[in-house]
Amino acid sequence: MGVAGVIFDVLLALALTWLAWQATRAADLFHAVVSFIVFGLLMALAWVRLEAPDIALAEAAIGAGATGALLLSALDRLASRERRRRLLYEPGAAWGFWIPAGGALLGALTLAAWKLPAPGLGNEVRAALGVSGVEHPVTAVLLNFRALDTLLEIGVLLLAAITIWSLGRAPSPLIPAMPSPALPALGRLLFPVFVLVAAYLLWRGSHAPGGAFPAGAVLGAGAILMLLAGARPWIRSSERGPWRWILSLGLVMLLAAGIAGTLAGQAFFEYPPGTAGPLILLLEVAAGLSIALLLFALYLRGEPCEHGYRGKGR
Amino acid sequence: MVYLSLTGVLFVLGLHGLFTARNLLRRLLSLNILTTSVFLLFVVMARLAEPLDNVPHAIVLTGIVITVSTTAVALALVVRIAGRMREEDVGAAADTRGDVE
Repeated sequence: MGVAGVIFDVLLALALTWLAWQATRAADLFHAVVSFIVFGLLMALAWVRLEAPDIALAEAAIGAGATGALLLSALDRLASRERRRRLLYEPGAAWGFWIPAGGALLGALTLAAWKLPAPGLGNEVRAALGVSGVEHPVTAVLLNFRALDTLLEIGVLLLAAITIWSLGRAPSPLIPAMPSPALPALGRLLFPVFVLVAAYLLWRGSHAPGGAFPAGAVLGAGAILMLLAGARPWIRSSERGPWRWILSLGLVMLLAAGIAGTLAGQAFFEYPPGTAGPLILLLEVAAGLSIALLLFALYLRGEPCEHGYRGKGR
Repeated sequence: MVYLSLTGVLFVLGLHGLFTARNLLRRLLSLNILTTSVFLLFVVMARLAEPLDNVPHAIVLTGIVITVSTTAVALALVVRIAGRMREEDVGAAADTRGDVE
């Protein structure tokens, strides 16, 4: 790795620690949220250093991008600036307790993590990669070996969207009162690029880092940008439109793929031999579309309604 | 390794914030930092395994999506709680109950 690499790692770790400290303890909430977003972006660098480029992509797109948008819009709703100022962090009085306790916990955790056995399934994954239908091991794990996890994960995302929508109507001014004058033009200009990048990431997933999750997140972020730029979303609660199907498309397709195997006399999520490649691509397209629309649905913070997004909820 | 100690530091920071912050949004940020530290542990373990282990990577990818769902639901709840609080007691009581916001 070399000395330069180690120095970079140490600097990155220090920066991450400082940002985490800021995110949990900054006096101003806005400051804390922005620190958290930067923390997510730097975390993506750390993932690259740890040879996990897939997680880096997902962290940058979902962790920093989507969560950042959610946090900022929530902050916008939460409080006016004066009120926010009054919500200063009150430091715990018991520093005499927390510093030794935290130090001891830290030492014990690091020691335990160091002693953890790390047998790894790398060899097994590599051995089975040939029959998985894709060349990229992470995609193989996600959509073939451990497809059940992916199924449940999309289920959780759908459940989250349903929970949020069941809380009430979407807030009545869905977009901030004064978007930047440059935003509408920029948003329209950038949206095709978002779609292109999403399609590229999706296609790349079969042989290199990428896949449904980053692709869905990028597409969802593009949709949020369009919303901020003043586009009227075509999701309405009154029309039983195709969007409800797209929301649940990923879950339905994964479930169908799993059950079809069972009906054909194989194990749950055992793909018929030879069809794994195309099937995984199909599932990825479905999951990517669903994830994009679900992230957008989360951003709406309420069930969208027909007439210009008016509602009693705030 | 540097990242292993970073895992511990972030874990303690997140845990302390989660338990001591009075503001719900801050608590949520701490929770997110806590999850990130757990992901970091997974990935460091994957890196230490002799051939690079891809299974934890996939699990962390799943975890990131679950985290964003949790955060979104919690944020929606926090915004609703804050809105209701404001309707009920705009006056003097707001100071004592402002910790919810």
